[in-house]
Amino acid sequence: VNKTTGGADAPEETSGTIKKFMFVNRKAPYGTIYALEALEVVLISAAFDQDVSMVFVDDGVYELVKGQHTKAIEVKNFSPIYRALEGYDIEKLYVDEESLKARGLTTESLLVPVEVLNSAQIGELMDQQDVVISF
Amino acid sequence: MLHIVNKSPFERNVLESCLRFCRNESAVLLIEDGVYAVTRGNAAEPKVRQAMSHVKVYALGPDLEARGMQDTVIDGVKLVDYGGFVDLVAEHKAVQSWL
Repeated sequence: VNKTTGGADAPEETSGTIKKFMFVNRKAPYGTIYALEALEVVLISAAFDQDVSMVFVDDGVYELVKGQHTKAIEVKNFSPIYRALEGYDIEKLYVDEESLKARGLTTESLLVPVEVLNSAQIGELMDQQDVVISF
Repeated sequence: MLHIVNKSPFERNVLESCLRFCRNESAVLLIEDGVYAVTRGNAAEPKVRQAMSHVKVYALGPDLEARGMQDTVIDGVKLVDYGGFVDLVAEHKAVQSWL
């Protein structure tokens, strides 16, 4: 018998269920707490071995801009976490093409490799999810 | 008068309203998410450029740096640090922080 340390003894059927989770990021990084909170929840869901994807639309694309230096505003620079997501098997990062364009950004401006999709493609991905959580 | 705007031009239309009401010789200071308005290639750039013909436009450097946007600022926008922020407030008779 395999015993795990700590936690309740979850029945096999629930521990084996993998759902598709999509996190929709729509806010710029430091003006509000949303972007950082989204990252926290994403990391938690990854710890439960779920099928996680992140999509960046509207001001959410600003979260991924390279060269963030937050020393002068005395706030934690959490942008390196996006680069660490790969280590948690979170590799599905999608960015809305229209949102990038409206902000004068390109994939060159971003700190991680992403897949750029148009709004129809993003809509289609959303439709395939079990759970969609918006920040 | 000094006008201060702290919201992204994509999230709220507050910059647009501010620019509509602010008179010649006024100053507009962009802080926090407001600084995205003075970055090159963003959709609000034409409005900011147009405003710069009659008002002085400032942006808070530390907020641009935090967001990785310090190298993409529209020419003619004046960058200030926190000390400069205080000077602007002291130089103007009144300050309006737009919400």
